[in-house]
This record gives sequence, C-alpha cells and structure tokens, in this order.
Amino acid sequence: MAYSEKVIDHYNNPRNVGTLNKDSKFVGTGLVGAPECGDVMRLQIEVGEDNVITDAKFKTFGCGSAIASSSLATEWLKGKTIDEALAIDNMDIVEELALPPVKIHCSVLAEDAIKSAINDYRVKNGLEAIALEKSHH
Amino acid sequence: MKQPIYLDNNATTPLDPRVLEAMLPYFTEKFGNAASRNHAFGWVAEEGVDYAREQVAKLIGCTEKEIIFTSGATEADNLAIKGVFEMYKEKGNHIITAVTEHKAVLDTCKHLEKNGARVTYLGVKEDGLIDLAELEATMTPETILVSIMYGNNEIGVIQPVKEISAIAHKHGALFMTDATQAVGKIPVDVNADGIDLMAFSAHKMYGPKGVGALYVRRKGPRVKVTAQMDGGGHERGMRSGTLNVPGIVGLGKACELCRLEMESETVRLSALRDKLESTLNKMEESYVNGNTQHRLPHVANISFKYVEGEGLMMAMSDLAVSSGSACTSASLEPSYVLKSLGLSDDLAHSSIRFGLGRFTTEAEIDQAIAVTEKAVNHLRELSPLWEMFKEGIDLSKIEWAEH
Repeated sequence: MAYSEKVIDHYNNPRNVGTLNKDSKFVGTGLVGAPECGDVMRLQIEVGEDNVITDAKFKTFGCGSAIASSSLATEWLKGKTIDEALAIDNMDIVEELALPPVKIHCSVLAEDAIKSAINDYRVKNGLEAIALEKSHH
Repeated sequence: MKQPIYLDNNATTPLDPRVLEAMLPYFTEKFGNAASRNHAFGWVAEEGVDYAREQVAKLIGCTEKEIIFTSGATEADNLAIKGVFEMYKEKGNHIITAVTEHKAVLDTCKHLEKNGARVTYLGVKEDGLIDLAELEATMTPETILVSIMYGNNEIGVIQPVKEISAIAHKHGALFMTDATQAVGKIPVDVNADGIDLMAFSAHKMYGPKGVGALYVRRKGPRVKVTAQMDGGGHERGMRSGTLNVPGIVGLGKACELCRLEMESETVRLSALRDKLESTLNKMEESYVNGNTQHRLPHVANISFKYVEGEGLMMAMSDLAVSSGSACTSASLEPSYVLKSLGLSDDLAHSSIRFGLGRFTTEAEIDQAIAVTEKAVNHLRELSPLWEMFKEGIDLSKIEWAEH
C-alpha cells in the first residue's frame, strides 16, 4: 500500500517527539492503545495561562499512519485552547493525511489521545473529567 | 526510483535468466499443444514437457509418471487433500494437519469439514515443530491423511518429515506435504522421506509464476486422487487442462538448476543469513523466531521488541521484506504462525522476515543490516514502550485500553 506524501513527511520528520514532565500539574498525559493491538500513543500537552496549550509532545508505537496522526495532532494542539483542542475530530486527521479506510483507526486513536491528555490535565487541576464517547475502533 | 534490495524470496523469487531462455522458444516457434498427437508441433511440445518431467523427477527422487503439473502449489494442495478425501472416503474421514500450515492447506481442510471431514489441527511447540507423540496419539483407524508442511514460509522451520511419514504409515494413513518452500532449497527425496503426495511451485525456485506440481506416489502404495477439474483427462486423468508448456519447461529448468547448485547455494546463503541474523540479534531486545537448527538456509525471522513491524518496514523502504504485523488487515490480527509459537501479540507485530535468495549479495546483506539497525533505533526513539522499558516499567502491569 502506498502512503500519502503527508504521511511520509510526518513519518520521516516527526514533529514534537519527546517527553514532558508527567508529574507537573501543567502537563496532561494521554496513553492510549495497546501493544497487543500494534499501536500505542502517548500524547502530552503543557497548558499555560487562559487554558492555552503551549507545548505538545508525542511518542508512538505503531505503523506509519499512527506515527503521522500523532505527529500531526501535536502540531495542531500547540496554540489552541483546551476547548478548541476538544473540537479536533478524527476525520479532520483522516482528511489532512489522506488516510485510507484501513488506517482510520489510527486517527481515532489520536483523537482519543488528545481527549485523554486533556482529561489527565483536568483531573490534576481539580476539574471533572469530560465523559468521552466510547472509542469505536 | 532506486530499486530496494529484494529480501522477500519466500514470497516469490525472480526468474533466473537461464530459465527464461529455456522457456522462450515454447512461446513462439514451439507453441504446439502437448496433447496434439498427430503433428510435429504437438510432438515438440510434448518432448519439452517430457524433458521437464524428468528434470522435476530427478530433483525429488521420483519417476516422471509421478508428476502431475498444476497451476501452482495452491492447486496442488487442493488436488491432493480434496482428491484423497474423495478417493478414500470409504476408509475414513479423518485428516490431520497443523496450525502453522499455509492457508492453501488450512482453508482446503476447512472446506472439507463442511463436507463431512473431521480435521485435527495440531499445535506446534515454541520452536515451530509439531510434537510427534501428539501426532501419534491423534491417529485413528479413520485417519486417511496426514498433511504437514516441509518447511514453513514465515519462519523456515523444517518439520521432521521422515518421522511424521513413518507414524502416518504405521497407522495406515497417507502422508502429504506442502513442500513449496523446501523443494529446490534443501535435499527432498520422496522415497527417503516417505512422502506419498507433495505440492510445490516454480516461482519459489527462480521459475515462472502460474506453474507447479503435485507428486503422487505410484508404488508402495499406489496413491490415487479424485480429479478436481473435469475435462480432457490430461495428467493421467488427475488434472485436466491444456498443459502450460512454457511454464512447465521453466519449472523443469528451475528444478535442474536448483539440483546442480543446491549444495554451494546452501553454504553461501546460510553464511549470509547467519551474518544478518547474528548481527541483528545483537541489538537489544531482538528475538529470533522459530527453531534455528532445523531450518531452511535462507530465512531469518526476527522480532524487534517495542517497535511495530509495519512502521519499521516503512523506515526500511530500501529493503523489500515482510512483517508478521497485520496493521493493514481489517482484523488487526498479527501472524497466526508466530502466535502459534506462543509469541505474544506485541512480539508478533514487531517481527520482520528476511528471505534471501540466489541473487542476494554480501554487499546487500551489509546494507540490509545497516538499514535495519538505523530503522529500529529511529523507531525506538519514537516509541513510548521503549522509553517505559528503559525506565524499568513493567509493561505487562499496565492496564491497556484494549481496542
């Protein structure tokens, strides 16, 4: 199967690979997926004043599309408010990366990772976790 | 575009130019139908087929009359298993095979289960070999066929064929083997090995695609299979259809070359394979899959823990290899062969199969090693699992969100 140019670009030059201090109260960490399923994403956000995401990092175990989806997600997250970040839909990722149907689950995982990171941040800061739709991949 | 280095010779092999040369006249001036008995065109084509039959027979130690040409190993597997089931149904309905077989065998058996067959799928040990005691215990008076592959396509392990056939015969069953990966690569002798039926294919041994053969024993015992295709009664009535003369000539030539070059090729390929495997196995958390003693000389299957196979192949785009990862399949299930060895799903997802071949050079192996090491290291830098492993976190203790 051929990958889209954008997937290849993110795969070869992944943006924002790395680790933020998960113990900081300004950092939210989402770890989703499972090794048995062949993909695990860890996505972290650092939140500054006015609920604006100042930094985002990821590490992903998975195929090229999973790596590209999480790389793209970190790019999009920087500078967004938490509310704006919550509005990111997996289909936006599918469209931007031109993912084929068999790879849609990679985008779903990226959306789950964003929401899971936001919830981790919320819980750390005494806010209620947002109920998430049951993931469907 | 620069061609990647081809290390997927278990999937298919390039056609040897010497094979092509032997085939070419049979497309043009020697185009006759080998079944045309009344003119020179037919005779010439038949001569080509007869000669190929001898070349094939010589490689596996049988007589020419025991070779049935088919469209490939899948057809030969189907003909052997379905043909025996139909021919011997008076005697019984039990077939024994193994979970690591190729789909051409497994799905044929599944098909027969719908038609009244009882099939036992033997598991394998951690090294990929079947347990002979378990086979023996599974034999019943109704067992008509034991079908166990010679060499495995994913991990290359070689089953103890001689011992398996002895057990089958002791209990009055026939022994069939899918030897697609073994014929032409290692010495296969149907008499020494006690084989009654054997399927193999030209394109795995530097011959053309679309042609293969089924060996059917004629003496001690005389084996018969019910034809699966009706028509002109070619191939002693077992496989109708105008013979694919150029393909058959190619199969014959491919068999001859394999027979003449096997000894030196085995030495050369196993040295290259061992170099590749031992170097890559020195990387942290890399694991060689399958038995390393009883194994085809040209295959290495290695798992690189904490990286995912498909992602890894993308980073290794200079190499043409295959992976046990099934990230692309709808089921997301990794290789059933690797799983049957008891490998965890994550290790199966992390596996790469390297299949060397006649045209693989040492320079290519050196390059393959460098590309693989670089790719594994790159992906581990990206892998949260690798980071957790390095921090001493026990990944099995984490509650993963299964999906």
